[in-house]
Amino acid sequence: MNAENPYLAVIPAYNESATILSVVESLSGDTTGFDVLVVDDGSTDQTGRLALAAGARVLRHPFNLGIGGAVQSGFTYALENGYQRMVQVDADGQHVPGEIEKLSLAMDENPRVDMVCGSRFLTKTGYPAPISRRTGIHIFAFLLSRIVGQRVSDPTSGFRLYNRRGIALFARDYPHDYPEVEAVLMVHHHRLRMIEVPVRMLERGGGVSSIGSGKSAYYMIKVLLAIFVGLVRRRPIPEPGDDAPVTVTHGI
Amino acid sequence: MIDARLKAVSIVACAALFLVVLDLVRRRRLLERYALLWMGSALVLLVLASWTSLLGRVSEAIGIATPSNALFVAAFGFVLLLLLHFSIAVSRLTDQAKVLAQRVALLEERQHHAERGSAAAEARELVGERPRERA
Repeated sequence: MNAENPYLAVIPAYNESATILSVVESLSGDTTGFDVLVVDDGSTDQTGRLALAAGARVLRHPFNLGIGGAVQSGFTYALENGYQRMVQVDADGQHVPGEIEKLSLAMDENPRVDMVCGSRFLTKTGYPAPISRRTGIHIFAFLLSRIVGQRVSDPTSGFRLYNRRGIALFARDYPHDYPEVEAVLMVHHHRLRMIEVPVRMLERGGGVSSIGSGKSAYYMIKVLLAIFVGLVRRRPIPEPGDDAPVTVTHGI
Repeated sequence: MIDARLKAVSIVACAALFLVVLDLVRRRRLLERYALLWMGSALVLLVLASWTSLLGRVSEAIGIATPSNALFVAAFGFVLLLLLHFSIAVSRLTDQAKVLAQRVALLEERQHHAERGSAAAEARELVGERPRERA
């Protein structure tokens, strides 16, 4: 369907009308060489219409699914339309389009890597985040690095590039609420490979972060639960032939 | 020994619950799948409430001094079981709704593209160009 361009940029967006136009425009055209897909996750503002006007393809969810569901729609779209690589970019202008090239180059140089993560903490990039959030990120980074046996410096970064294997895995199963940390675990469990490259990120251009300060504690606890449950889960996702996780006919 | 009034009230309440659930199933307001657990709970409680010596033996076996408390414990256990059951059902529904919403979005995008593509093809036919592959 899209044989001409094997690269797709996915922008999950929920009520991001302040920034969506400039983000789509900075990504489209020949600047990055990526097709642009905006997943409008049930926005109540003009996000979807603006994205369409800016020339992006738009998936519009009938209601809000949360970030995990939005990104997974992007994976499914990439899988079904034959894209070879997919990069996830935030709709708030936090991710710099010019930095996508760094992710692509890293994947070119390491053809066996399935996921390349942009990290804010590999070099002194001066990422402006409140100390509380950085502390949380570093706790996850410490735990994950122990579990997967590889240094993970920025497990909450959503600025990630996936190859076809990564796309196929996450189209089948992607975590619900705060997916990035768990996704690192899934990559590990499925014996895919990931690397991190240092990138520059900006402050948010507008809108409200999906993680408010009041929700931070809940976020920490929920992701910690997901990490530890993930450790004892026998098989992270059903293989072909297993019982489907979502069926209508389950008994009690 | 369980008080006679309490025994009467328990029996009536359990029987009423059983009949209400049965009626809901009959009127298709409740799926059998969800009704079974309710009816099972009501039946077990009914048996415990009416069979005094059984209730006495059960409470002695698990170390409850007053048999009526054993009845409460059993009822509380069933309530917990039902709540867990519904949490599982809600999780499943959440997952199903997510998949449906995603499929709808993907189909809408495909249809949108197809309509734009056929409109463009008609326009090209009008000006006499040959149709090309979709970019």
